[in-house]
Amino acid sequence: MNARMAPPREWNRRAQGRLRRLERAATRLGPQLSGKLVDAAAIVPLLEEVIEAGDRVCLEGNNQKQADLLARALTAVDPARIHDLHMVQSVLALPEHLDVFERGIASRLDFSFSGPQAARLAKLAGSGRIAIGAIHTYLELFGRYFIDLTPNVALVAAQAADRAGNLYTGPNTEDTPVIAEATAFASGLVVAQVNEIVPHLPRIDIPADWVGFVVRSPTPHYIEPLFTRDPAKISEIQVLMAMMAIKGIYAPYEVDRLNHGIGFDTAAIELLLPTYAEALGLRGRICRHWALNPHPTLIPAIEAGFVESVHSFGSELGMEDYIRARPDVFFTGPDGSMRSNRAFCQTAGLYACDMFIGSTLQIDLAGNSSTATQGRIAGFGGAPNMGSDARGRRHATAPWLAAGREAQRDAATMPRGRKLVVQMVETFREHMEPAFVERLDAWALAEAAGMVLPPVMIYGDDVTHVLTEEGIANLLLCRDDAEREQAIRGVAGYTPVGLARDRRAVARLRERGVIRRAEDLGIDKRDATRDLLAARSIKDLVRASGGLYQPPKRFRNW
Amino acid sequence: MEKLRFRFEGGNAAPAATPARIVGVVASGNLEVLIEALPGDAACTIEVDTAALGFGAIWQAVMNDFFARHPLGGVRIAINDAGATPAIVSLRLDQAVEEFTRPRESHHG
Repeated sequence: MNARMAPPREWNRRAQGRLRRLERAATRLGPQLSGKLVDAAAIVPLLEEVIEAGDRVCLEGNNQKQADLLARALTAVDPARIHDLHMVQSVLALPEHLDVFERGIASRLDFSFSGPQAARLAKLAGSGRIAIGAIHTYLELFGRYFIDLTPNVALVAAQAADRAGNLYTGPNTEDTPVIAEATAFASGLVVAQVNEIVPHLPRIDIPADWVGFVVRSPTPHYIEPLFTRDPAKISEIQVLMAMMAIKGIYAPYEVDRLNHGIGFDTAAIELLLPTYAEALGLRGRICRHWALNPHPTLIPAIEAGFVESVHSFGSELGMEDYIRARPDVFFTGPDGSMRSNRAFCQTAGLYACDMFIGSTLQIDLAGNSSTATQGRIAGFGGAPNMGSDARGRRHATAPWLAAGREAQRDAATMPRGRKLVVQMVETFREHMEPAFVERLDAWALAEAAGMVLPPVMIYGDDVTHVLTEEGIANLLLCRDDAEREQAIRGVAGYTPVGLARDRRAVARLRERGVIRRAEDLGIDKRDATRDLLAARSIKDLVRASGGLYQPPKRFRNW
Repeated sequence: MEKLRFRFEGGNAAPAATPARIVGVVASGNLEVLIEALPGDAACTIEVDTAALGFGAIWQAVMNDFFARHPLGGVRIAINDAGATPAIVSLRLDQAVEEFTRPRESHHG
């Protein structure tokens, strides 16, 4: 054996790397750096000194707030020096998030959601400019920040900083705490863009010793009002489906802790709580506790006393003053403004909610549901964490036990609960595109983009109910795959999948209550009109809020 | 524009004096359905004016199901579809028939 001693191992190389980067930045920036405060004109040189080729970089892209100044700066660094970056970020929202790949600055990507950039992402991935590691659920990606995708540098956004570098995120706290923690405690560097630098922050969301540099942005960071739905655009079919959801699912299971997906289908449910659910005597029995962004369409239900608490992933533009005036309902700091947190709210949605209900684009015969379409790599957002049975859950509630009892095949199997996962969809989307298909587009997309697996948003074995205008299919009660297929066909309307149903099998499923139609639920379809909505316009929402809700300009039409 | 006609025999005759009903609002992007008693003819006839071509088979299935749910006779139903999906057509038809056969004091427009 070789008796030579190995040189003593250094155990602080990451900390040394951090110091090296800080020193380089101080040398290059000179007077443009004062403590942690960086002159906005020096932001590109700063990034060139603190980022090294091959680094993992988290460029904070959220659902709401965007580190847009830092995103633009990153596209302007010299690719001869800074290249082959591995981007690890939850959301690709801005064009700059992909420009860094086109300019040869970054080459590898791990992410969750890319809604607005989905088509361009598919093109870049197809041409080999981006190597996609994986498309994650949020919690999965955040988890990997602490295991094998820890950022070397994080570029984040906050509302304000003080001169010491403490950050106030404002209501859109979102991903910032999880990103900053993973980066700062692995000797990485956090660079924050802020809208203002103030002597005293309203509250501290990120402590200064986690933050390396602060730059004041000449223009406030961009915020997307992603969760605002104009009640004027809710259709009568959506009203009918919302009635069926409330009477056929919320009422019998007594769903009290839940998450709503984004969209008009669930907005209709929110607006039927103070009217239809109230008339059914459900106030105080359903929908008291929410994991939800502050949807403006929830205002009438809050005002009617339906809602006790709402914890949020992020905020929503225009809701700030309303939230501030309802601190018993929303999570707010001593300063009065909301504190959201995507990681905690996703955890709440996964483990502490009894139901997820949301829309989708395509459902197959096994109940697998996907929003993937040819030529678009859109990712997932929050639905897979919310819309999956939490196998690690142990606490019992009435709805969870009721769903578990329905799923139990025989008395000998170990009893356990089930989360209610409801996919709500009109049988035809716009342009008569069927929502029910034999084969998801996700298969073709996976082939074209070289993905290991088809991108399925919610797996069929997690879905408990499929709700369409034709009825509710309770998949928990299906005894085998053949029944499950007929239950899905039986609510698939006049789509080819629906027309190919075995009518006798569907009739038997209806007799057993596996399929329930509006008439089986005692719903008079004449009630399915827009008159049932607690608010029929954005203006109605403003009125319901007592003038506290201030909708963004694009939603004001009066 | 395509004009589709459907005719179903063997339904239960509506009382001749039943007043005609219109459900839906014209030019609101909302499907409009007119239903009226037609004492001279025992059948249920349905006429559809549709802008979307090539969906005849789907319309046939929608109407078959409708007649199975509500076997009416002696009525004429006119549908101006405004590009509506089968979902909204079925809902409007059901609403119109409910209103035609069991009118209530105040109905929503």
